[in-house]
Amino acid sequence: MAKIAVFTETQGDNVKSVTLEILGKLAGQTVDVISVGDISEAGLGDLAKYGAGNIHVIKGEGLDQYSPEGYSNALKEFLSSGGYDYVFAGSTSLGKDLFPRLSSMFGAGMASEVTNFVMDGDNFSGTRPLFAGKCLAKVEVTGPKPHFVTVRPNSLGLPESPTAGAGTKNDASSSAGEIRAAIKEIIKGASEKLDLTEANIIVSGGRAMKEEANFKILDEMADVIGATVGASRAAVDSGYAPHAMQVGQTGKTVSPSLYIACGISGAIQHLAGMRTSKVIVAINTDPDAPIFTKADYGIVGDLFQVVPIMTEEFKKLLG
Amino acid sequence: MNIFVCVKQVPDTETKVTPNGDGSYIETSSIKWIMNPYDEFAVEQALLHKAANAGSTVTVVRVGGAKDTEALRTALAMGADEAILVDSADNLDSYMTAKAIKGAIEKSGKTPDLILAGKQAIDDDCLQVPQVLAQMMELPSVSVVVGFEGEGSNLTLKREVEGGAIEVYNVSGPVVVACNKGLNTPRYASLPGIMKAKKKPLTTLSLGDVGVSDEDQRIKYSDFQLPPEKPAGKKFDATDEGAQASVVAEVVGLLRTEAKVI
Repeated sequence: MAKIAVFTETQGDNVKSVTLEILGKLAGQTVDVISVGDISEAGLGDLAKYGAGNIHVIKGEGLDQYSPEGYSNALKEFLSSGGYDYVFAGSTSLGKDLFPRLSSMFGAGMASEVTNFVMDGDNFSGTRPLFAGKCLAKVEVTGPKPHFVTVRPNSLGLPESPTAGAGTKNDASSSAGEIRAAIKEIIKGASEKLDLTEANIIVSGGRAMKEEANFKILDEMADVIGATVGASRAAVDSGYAPHAMQVGQTGKTVSPSLYIACGISGAIQHLAGMRTSKVIVAINTDPDAPIFTKADYGIVGDLFQVVPIMTEEFKKLLG
Repeated sequence: MNIFVCVKQVPDTETKVTPNGDGSYIETSSIKWIMNPYDEFAVEQALLHKAANAGSTVTVVRVGGAKDTEALRTALAMGADEAILVDSADNLDSYMTAKAIKGAIEKSGKTPDLILAGKQAIDDDCLQVPQVLAQMMELPSVSVVVGFEGEGSNLTLKREVEGGAIEVYNVSGPVVVACNKGLNTPRYASLPGIMKAKKKPLTTLSLGDVGVSDEDQRIKYSDFQLPPEKPAGKKFDATDEGAQASVVAEVVGLLRTEAKVI
């Protein structure tokens, strides 16, 4: 049987949900979880519930804060003695930065941001979107081991009845080595909400928002339903929203459970970035807007009238 | 300073992608090629840094097909000094691409003081090459960079992470910087720039010249296919102000009872 490790990150007291998704998908395999830095009791409990065998918590000098070099040096040192065939992580900001460097330390290959995968005996085979989701392809890794894989958050989903593992915590030490690019400061984002790439619900605005201040009505809806607010390229290029909010081929590719597109016509590069959303609602004045071809529920109407009514309806439903 | 910029040539964002006959890649015969949009920010940053640091040169490196060199010509027309093309397929995997770029930089005979690239190529969306290249060249890297300040090799770089938060990095010495949208406003190539670009040196190397062989392949793709089409959804008319409230209430109800997402 393949020897597998899953690298996890924590968010507050919890481990990131994408780790649990990966563990759920690997049910039946023996899987170690690796973290740099402490995991709370609640986090350890969740990891065990979803199938973690050993949970290796790595600590050492220079590892209190993330740095690409420090984390990759420490993980290289730890993984080298482990004989792992596969190492997984979530395709998060940190995972995307760290895993390419780590994989090349082993001269090994990495499959980026798969949305599904299978383990056929000892062999991994994944599915990943290319061209921002305009097409899909099967991906396999070849060459020296371990093979590295990152998984897009929200794409596998959590299993309804997970298979538990031993969840045995093991304290390990490693070292960051020389760090030439170090974080000297972290500036918090405007929003404490989940990032677009990890959000379960997204409310997005397009060119028809007309100005930055009008995004307030989307913020109000988002607050009611626990959503993160996004924007189309047209809205970003017009200066209504920062690029961090852009959904699409030159922004973020997202796959929430619910995507509400407000005043977005549906340019091909936007559709590419959000078409894997499970349920899509579109609000647009133009009945022929391309966004309606992808929408499960299309509302032809003026977003400035429809959105506030919808927010009130959500309040009634959830309040 | 010796500044290098890695660029990729990719299908235009408006391209309708179609898998090829045997599903080994996409149909590329009628594609309009452009410089990868994120690489434009890298080229612009290189030119800004050159202007601020007298005596610098900007060398653009691309790994891809020789038939169409739109990306390199654009970079030269914007103001880069010279270009290196490693002639290969346009869809090498990240490991091979990084190794080819490393080989091309070494062949140039210049020791890099700064290497810039786009944070991701919008064809394979792997987000790997800058970090892999940095590791292969034993350099630090900072990715998804939206802020770039400093003189020479003493830089303060801002990296955007989840939720729009910013990690501020201090780096001194050579570094690989992977650029994101928002870093700067790329200039357009001027007509004199386009004329001058034709006289600038473009060196073409083979994969063999830069020490890359089939044994460097790490990723295998197959079964390229279009994503499954969704069945047609339901459409509601809320243009009549009198009916709006009930239409919206119906849709919200369906989100709970039918779609079960609220």
